[in-house]
Amino acid sequence: MRRRLFKNLVGAPCTEPVGERTVDLEAAGATLRGVIARRLGRSLAIREVDAGSCNGCELEIHALGNAFYDVERFGIRFVASPRHADVLLVTGPVTRNMREALERTYAATPAPKWVVAAGDCAAGCGVFADSYACLGAVSKVIPVDLVIRGCPPTPTDLLQGLLWLISRAEPAGANATP
Amino acid sequence: MLKALFGHLTPAASHRGWPRVAAAADTWRGIGEALREGKLDLLGLWGDTAAVHCALYEPSTRQFAGASIDVPDGKAPSLAVFHAPASRLERTIHDLYGIDFHALPDPRPWLDHGCWPNRHPLADQPRPRSPLPPYRFLGAEGPSLHQIAVGPVHAGIIEPGHFRFAASGETVVRLEERLGYTHKGIEKLLRGRPLDEAARIAARTSGDSTVAYSLVFALAAEAALEFEPPPRAVWLRAVMAELERIANHLGDIGAICNDASFSMMHAECAILREEALRACSVAFGHRLMMDRIVPGGVAADLEPAGREAILSFTGKLRRQFPELIELYDHTASLQDRTVGTGVVTAALAAEFAAPGYVGRASGRSFDARTCRPYAPYDLAPIEIVVRPEGDVDARVWVRIREIQHSAAWLEATLASILPAGPVRLPVIAMPAAAVEGSALVEGFRGDILAYVRIGPDLRIERCHLRDPSWFLWPLLEAAIEGNIVADFPLCNKSFNCSYSGHDL
Repeated sequence: MRRRLFKNLVGAPCTEPVGERTVDLEAAGATLRGVIARRLGRSLAIREVDAGSCNGCELEIHALGNAFYDVERFGIRFVASPRHADVLLVTGPVTRNMREALERTYAATPAPKWVVAAGDCAAGCGVFADSYACLGAVSKVIPVDLVIRGCPPTPTDLLQGLLWLISRAEPAGANATP
Repeated sequence: MLKALFGHLTPAASHRGWPRVAAAADTWRGIGEALREGKLDLLGLWGDTAAVHCALYEPSTRQFAGASIDVPDGKAPSLAVFHAPASRLERTIHDLYGIDFHALPDPRPWLDHGCWPNRHPLADQPRPRSPLPPYRFLGAEGPSLHQIAVGPVHAGIIEPGHFRFAASGETVVRLEERLGYTHKGIEKLLRGRPLDEAARIAARTSGDSTVAYSLVFALAAEAALEFEPPPRAVWLRAVMAELERIANHLGDIGAICNDASFSMMHAECAILREEALRACSVAFGHRLMMDRIVPGGVAADLEPAGREAILSFTGKLRRQFPELIELYDHTASLQDRTVGTGVVTAALAAEFAAPGYVGRASGRSFDARTCRPYAPYDLAPIEIVVRPEGDVDARVWVRIREIQHSAAWLEATLASILPAGPVRLPVIAMPAAAVEGSALVEGFRGDILAYVRIGPDLRIERCHLRDPSWFLWPLLEAAIEGNIVADFPLCNKSFNCSYSGHDL
């Protein structure tokens, strides 16, 4: 174990810089950006809620924690309870069986709070949207502030979306709207 | 046993994959008795319009068979009376089709939480919603027992489900699972779809096994239509399946160690997992390889750059993984948590036909790749690992060895065997009447069963996908009994059952 630790200590880190934003985002309002940065600074506590996903989105959200993406270097961390959260990161087509749990999780999150819908299912355009057992989009149950699409969205997509959320708006003309 | 039960019956001409017979009530009872005596394994049990189907495996002869019983009046004899693993499956059939099982030992609903617009949504005529009585958890009685309710929203980044523990101090007396939260109505969504659309839905039954689901759906549909996929596609499919297995095992081994608070393994395994996904992305254009396997072949060919990416990854794995294995094996504080924890007895593993690494870590030598060697494993066999201990440690070791065997298999395949030729052919068929196919594929978690019935218009009439988790979840309840509450995450992760695959 010591050999391995030493190797990691002297070796180059595999953490990568985040490139130019390539992901398409849908934000509920242009004022969203900056508000979070103003109120929370660059620190975001996220409670992930799976509202019936196929678990593909969860795999990629998990990957945000690995050494390549290392989401915590940006002050973004995943917390165990909605009571500790600023943001709910919701995946899945919101199955009817999960509706109440999602509503109660939202209610348990203290204000100010924001909701990010991640993945095509949560955005309402996944393959399950028409089912008797699904409501089809997170925004049908709780207000959504930002949508990150993809099936599933890659860790890069997710990271760019979350960083956009906590950044202050750039000067006019410089990639200011999602 | 299969011969004695079905020998006098003529298999349905429309069904391919393995013989399927129409059973009468006495044969159905015979199946139940054979299951109870351990002579047959139950691979699946699912409903249909006025029928119930099952898939069976006879370990002594390595034969597979299906049986169906017509239930025109909506009343079926129960297999759960004889064989506990059938219980949740029959409860599900009741929820979805409204078929009543005679003397069902546990009549509580399973997937139906009282939230769907109608009851029995897959029945010809769904019934209007009526309120369900509150769900009654099984009791645990004794002095100073307390309950711990967990979920459906869990503390980690995981799928939703509810766990009800009864504990005496630190010790778990009983765990009961309540699942169904991720029920998406997949089986109804599949109905009436053309093959390509249905394949996209099937691929999302459980995202971590998307390759295995695409493969089993394609194989069942191709069997039904008597279509032979091109040889190169057959090999590429297996390359994807083994990559998926390696990536998932890597992630889970790290996560198991993390649940024992050994985060270094977690970090190291997560790096290797990410490298695997990146190789998949280069080779097949998607990190999880979603929708790459389609009925007719594969969606895109493997280019030389993709082949190089995979070989570069397996090379890295070959160099770095042994060091991590040593780390796991030589860290006493980690072994202290995994050895002897969460034991699944060989008897239970056999009764539940425990799929995948859970079964193989409890002495059950079943792997669909060797027990029903579908192409290309018939030409290039893969070594399987069986351990007798049945604890968390044994499940970790089975997965460690599977990573190594799959990597070696990939290297051998990519070095020489991969044939040239087209990778996708149009599925052209005009069946005069409905045709059926069944297939079994070894996903990373265990065997996945698919049954597909395709109408003359080439649309899905009925498709059932059975996740290995159906037979793993009940074993988790058994494995945790007598362990401490704090070891539950460890046990749970060592099983890594799919919620989505189970809830459908």
